[in-house]
Amino acid sequence: MLSIALYITLALVVMALLMNLYRLTIGPSLPDRVLALDTMYVNSIALIVLLGLWLNSKTYFESALLIAMLGFISTVAVCKYILRGDIIE
Amino acid sequence: MPERLMPGGVMSGVIEAVISLLLVAGGIFVFIGSLGMAHLRDFYMRLHGPTKATTLGIGCMLIASMMYFWSVDGKPDIQEMLITLFLFITAPVSAHLLAKSGLHLRLKHADKTQGKPVELRPEEVGDKPVPHPDKGHG
Repeated sequence: MLSIALYITLALVVMALLMNLYRLTIGPSLPDRVLALDTMYVNSIALIVLLGLWLNSKTYFESALLIAMLGFISTVAVCKYILRGDIIE
Repeated sequence: MPERLMPGGVMSGVIEAVISLLLVAGGIFVFIGSLGMAHLRDFYMRLHGPTKATTLGIGCMLIASMMYFWSVDGKPDIQEMLITLFLFITAPVSAHLLAKSGLHLRLKHADKTQGKPVELRPEEVGDKPVPHPDKGHG
């Protein structure tokens, strides 16, 4: 039962990543693309968690934590750049 | 899926059912969030999907992963809770900053979207605060 659930969830997350890529490609404005990249970070964390379940190992959760932190910091930096024209005033 | 994942008897059927349910629910929520971001019409609508549905979905998946490793190893692990907590704290902050940058760039929006940029004060859309003509700022 768990393996079937894992297959279904993997398919859903990969489809979500493809839709993020679509929005990142066509996104008409800059905040759209930033939003798509932020969502891609979160979805790749989901993919890493599913990889940890698949391989039955907890090795990859540090990288998931690292990706979460980097995604948040980069989103904040780009938003500050859009708002103020500068990151550190 | 390797067989060692299911070392018969270690994981009871109820725990396995709960983990599977949480995983599928998380996948569906993540999918709905990205579908909203790909499909809705203006930026302010598209902001709703990833900030709420995707955050809930990744929380469901991380809790499922924590329950799985708890039931396999016999002791709980703090890392998944740490990732969940971090994502739940940072998602509203980045959504707020993205909404502010969208208002600052005065993006086009559908007619049904409420809250026009002209109704907001300049410092709310990221501009420098302007002093009030008769009182002064602050």
